Amino acid sequence: MTVFGFWLYLMTDCILFASIFAAYAVLSGNFAGGPSGHDIFELPYVLAETALLLFSSITFGFAMLQMYKGNKNGVLAWLAVTFLLGLGFIVMEVNEFHLLISEGFGPQRSGFLSGFFALVGTHGLHVTGGLIWMAVMMYQIQKKGITGSAKTRMGCLSLFWHFLDVVWICVFTVVYLLGVL
Amino acid sequence: MANAHNEHAEGSHGSVKSYAIGFVLSVILTLIPFGLVMYPTLPKDMTVLIVVAFAVIQIVVHLYYFLHLDRSPEQRENVSAFLFTGLVIALLVGLSLWIMFSIHTSMMAK
Repeated sequence: MTVFGFWLYLMTDCILFASIFAAYAVLSGNFAGGPSGHDIFELPYVLAETALLLFSSITFGFAMLQMYKGNKNGVLAWLAVTFLLGLGFIVMEVNEFHLLISEGFGPQRSGFLSGFFALVGTHGLHVTGGLIWMAVMMYQIQKKGITGSAKTRMGCLSLFWHFLDVVWICVFTVVYLLGVL
Repeated sequence: MANAHNEHAEGSHGSVKSYAIGFVLSVILTLIPFGLVMYPTLPKDMTVLIVVAFAVIQIVVHLYYFLHLDRSPEQRENVSAFLFTGLVIALLVGLSLWIMFSIHTSMMAK
């Protein structure tokens, strides 16, 4: 039941992202004399970010499988790997934002860049939230083992983490790939 | 491994095999659109169509292999909530874009 409630929250989160996507789609042509996606996006860099997130999805899956087996150390090890992959993604994203802003292409530069930072930034904040949650889960499982509540929470976190990967598919397709075309 | 309990668990929790299948499919469905955009070989319209189609297929792959949405009875509520959300999103995004681009076109005409 808890997991279903969390699923409903995720559905509302979907609608949040859909609204930001709609805003981005409306603003995506408003360059105001600034750079377009073709000028600022580095696809190999985005592909590396995508790879980190995709690897973190499968390693989280392995953590869940270890949990159903009752293997505490296995869960902790796979969660740690997932955490590092997710952290790598966030570091790459912060670095990308930092480079853009230092070149003068911050969110205030054009409607396109406002939409870009709002959309990609919201996804990044979600991933950061997922990382904090994951750190708390690792602490809890380390201290108390794989209890019933730990299983429920891991079930929710699993949905959250895979859901963010689904949102990222939309981001790299709509923002980066279609932006460069 | 193949006892009744695990068979049941496989439906809702996945297995190493199902995660691996989902992962390999996702890798393929990611690399092809990136490749098409990074090394343009097809006409632009065609590329847009393929890139979007692959994204849709990859979302379905993720929903099935990673989020474990399927036609099993225990997933029914999740699937109906998801489908309803899909409807809301289609209305929200579709109508917003329609309105905004109509405004844009009308403003241009003046």
